[in-house]
Amino acid sequence: MNTFFPYFWAAVLGLSLLLYVLLDGFDLGVGILFGFARDEAARRHMLSAISPVWDGNETWLVIGGTVLWAAFPTAYALILSAFYLPICLMLCALILRGVAFEFRQRAGVHTRFVWDIGFTGGSFIATFVQGVVVGALVRGISVGADGRFPGGGALDWASPFAFLCGAGLCLGNALLGAGWLVLKSEDPLRERSYRIIPWLLAGVLIFLILAFLAALRMDLSVMHRWIERPWLEVFPLIGVLAVITIVFGVRRRRDSWPFAGAAAIFLAAFATLAASFLPYMVPFSLTILEAAAPMSSLSFIFWGAGIVVLPLTLMYTIIVYTVFKGKVGPSAEYP
Amino acid sequence: MSTELLTLLLSRIQFGFTVSFHIIFPAFTIGLAAWLVFLEGLHLATGRPVYRRLFDFWLRIFAVAFGLGVVSGIVLAFEFGTNWSELARRTGPIQGPLLAYETFTAFALEASFFGVLIFGRNRVPRWFYFIACLMVALGTTLSAFWIMVNNSWMQVPSGIHLAADGMFVPDNWRAIILSAVVWVRFPHMLLAAYVTSAFCIAATGAWYILQNRERTESRAMMRMGLGIAAVLVPVQMFFGHLNGEYVVRHQPSKMAAIEARWHDEKPASEVLFAWPDVENRRNRFAVTLPAPLGSLIDSDSLSAGEVGLESIPPENWPPVRIPFFAFRIMVGCGVVMLVLAWVGSWLALDDRLEARRWLLWATFLSFPLGFIATLTGWFTAEVGRQPWVVYGLLRTAQAATPFLAPRDVALTLLLFGGIYILIFSAGILYIYRLLRQGPLPTPIHPERTNPKRPLAVGGSDSQAGIGLDSSLS
Repeated sequence: MNTFFPYFWAAVLGLSLLLYVLLDGFDLGVGILFGFARDEAARRHMLSAISPVWDGNETWLVIGGTVLWAAFPTAYALILSAFYLPICLMLCALILRGVAFEFRQRAGVHTRFVWDIGFTGGSFIATFVQGVVVGALVRGISVGADGRFPGGGALDWASPFAFLCGAGLCLGNALLGAGWLVLKSEDPLRERSYRIIPWLLAGVLIFLILAFLAALRMDLSVMHRWIERPWLEVFPLIGVLAVITIVFGVRRRRDSWPFAGAAAIFLAAFATLAASFLPYMVPFSLTILEAAAPMSSLSFIFWGAGIVVLPLTLMYTIIVYTVFKGKVGPSAEYP
Repeated sequence: MSTELLTLLLSRIQFGFTVSFHIIFPAFTIGLAAWLVFLEGLHLATGRPVYRRLFDFWLRIFAVAFGLGVVSGIVLAFEFGTNWSELARRTGPIQGPLLAYETFTAFALEASFFGVLIFGRNRVPRWFYFIACLMVALGTTLSAFWIMVNNSWMQVPSGIHLAADGMFVPDNWRAIILSAVVWVRFPHMLLAAYVTSAFCIAATGAWYILQNRERTESRAMMRMGLGIAAVLVPVQMFFGHLNGEYVVRHQPSKMAAIEARWHDEKPASEVLFAWPDVENRRNRFAVTLPAPLGSLIDSDSLSAGEVGLESIPPENWPPVRIPFFAFRIMVGCGVVMLVLAWVGSWLALDDRLEARRWLLWATFLSFPLGFIATLTGWFTAEVGRQPWVVYGLLRTAQAATPFLAPRDVALTLLLFGGIYILIFSAGILYIYRLLRQGPLPTPIHPERTNPKRPLAVGGSDSQAGIGLDSSLS
C-alpha cells in the first residue's frame, strides 16, 4: 500500500487543526475575555478586533472535520460518535457565539445582553469542550476489533484529567486572545489586556505542570513516547523561550510579542501531542494507515483539494489578514 | 418501540430538523449573493447611486441570513459522524471527499471574503471589492454544487463497488461527479435559490410601493425581481420535469409514492389530488386525469407503463403521503409564482404596475412561496428516497450510530430545537427590522473616506488606508 497519501493527509489534517487552534483560539479567547469587559465601548472594541476574520478562522474546524472524514472515515465515525454529547454541545456553543457578531448589532439596547451571554458562554463552552475532547483522546478511548466504538456510556470521555484539559485550554485561549487584543487594539483596551496577561500566563503554566504530573501518575501511554523519542524534549524548550518572550513583551510593552509567544506555546504543545500520537490517528488504538480511506479516495482529493485548492485557501487567508492588518480603533466599523 | 427504533426516530427528527432549518438560508443567500454581484456590477458600470443604496441595503440583510446559514451548516458537517456513524464510516470514501471539496472550494472562500464584503469597503480598491463579491457568490454556488453532487450520489449511487467490510469504494469519480442526475438536480437547486431571492426582492419592492416610500428603489426592486422570475420560473419548471425523468428511471418507489400510484398501469392515469390510504392501498377522494396523461407527464410517452407500489415490496416503500403532498405543494407554489411573474412583468412593460393594488398585495404576500417550494421539493426528494439512505444499497436504519441511547439524542434534539427556535425568531425579527428601515441615504463620500472609520495608524486618512489599499491602488 502506498503510504504517501495517508501521511500527506495526516499532515494536512494536522495543519488544519493547528490553524484552527491558533486562529479560532484567539477569537474564542477574546470571547472568553469579552465577559469581563468593563463597558459597551470595550465590548465593541474587542469585537471589532475579531469580526472580519472569525468566520474564516472557524472554517479551519470544518476543513479539519471534512479532511478527517474524507481521508480517515473510520476515525471520523469513531471519534464523533464516541464524543456524541461533547460534540453536540460544542456545535450549539459555536452557533450561539457565531450569531452574536451580527445579532448584537441588530438587537435593541435591552436585548443585547442575550447575545452577549451567548457570545461569552458559547466561546467558553466551545473551548472547554475542545479541551475535554483532547484530554480524553490523550487518555485513550476504547476501540473494538472492527475499528468501531463499542459503546458504553455517553459519559465515557468524562474524567478529571479531561476536565483539567478543558480548563487549561480556556486559560490558553484567553492568553492567546489577550495577546491578540494587545496586538490589534489601542488603549485603554490594550493596556488592560497587558495587565491580565501575567495572570493568564501563570494559569497556563500551572495547568501544564498539573497535566504533566497527572500524566506521570496515570502512567499514560503518551509518557512512554518521551522515553522512546528524546528529541520530543525540544518542544518544552520552545515553550520556555515563548514564556520568556511573553514576559519581556509585557514588561517592555512590545505589542506583537505576547501574541507571538502565546502562539509559540500552542505550537509547542500541539507539536508535542502530534509527535507523541504518531503513527496513531486515534491515539493508541487506530493507526493512520489503518484508518485511511481507499487509495482512490485519497488520490482524488490529493490532485485537486490537496495540491491546488489548499495552497489557494492559504493564500487568500493571508490576503484577507493583510486587508485587515494594523490596529483597530475603539469604535466598531459597521455598515 | 425498541430503543434502537426510538434512537433512529429521534436521530431522523434531529437531522430532518437541522437540515431543513439550514436549507432555508442558503436558498436565500445563494440568490442574494448573485444579486449583490449584479448590483455592484451595475453600480460600477453606470455609477448610479440607486444601485449602491440597494447594494448596501441588501448587504445588511445578506449578512444576517448568511450568518444563520454558516452556523447551521457547521452542525451538518459533524452530524453525519455523531448520529450516522455507520453511514459516515461506510460511505466516507465517497461522501468525505465530496464534502471536503465543498469546504475547501466553497466554505473557506465565502467565509474569508464575507469579511471583506462587510468590513472592507473602505480598505480595498473598488475592483478588489467587486472581486470579493464575486468570490462570495462563487463560494455559495460551488457549495450548492458539491452538496448536490453528494446528495445525487445518495439518490442514484454510481461509480463504486462494495468492499468485503461493507465500505463503499469509489472506482470512477467521473461517474460520481458528472452523472446526468447531478446536471439536472444542481441547476434545479440553483434556480430554486434564484427564484426564491427574486420573489423576496420583488415582495420588498411591492411592500414599499404600497407604503408609498423609496420611490426609485421600490420600483427597481419590483421590476427586477419579477422580471428575473418571469425568465427563471419556466426554466425551473423545465428542470423540474427533467428531475422527474431520473426518478422514473432510477427510483420507481419514489415515483409511485409521488403519484400515489398503487398498481402498475400501461398507459398510466394521473392523480391530481387524493388522500392516499396506505392501509387499504387505494386513494380516497381522488381527482384523476385519464390515461395516458400519467405516462405523458412521467415518461413523455403516450403508451409507457408506470410502476405501482404493489409491485414493490412494502418494506421498500417510502411513507407515501409526505412525498405525495410535498410534491403537490411545490408544484402549486411554482404555478402561482409563474402567474405572478408573468402578469406582473407584462403590466410593468407599460408602467401600469403601481396602479394595481391587488398585484402589489399579491407580490408582497408571495415572499414565502420560494422557501415553501424549496423545502417541499427537498421533502419530496429525501422522504421519497426512504427507507434507503443510499438508494438500493444502504438502509437508513443501518446507517445510524449503533450504540446511541435515546436519552442522549432526545437531549441534543431539545438543545438544538431550543437554540434554533431562538436564533430563527431573532433572525427573522432583525431581517424584518432591516426591511422596515429600508435603504439608507447614500453616504456623502461614497468611496474611500468614511467619517466613522477609526484613524488606525498615524493621523491622516491616507495613512489609515493600510493593507491592499495602499499596496495595490
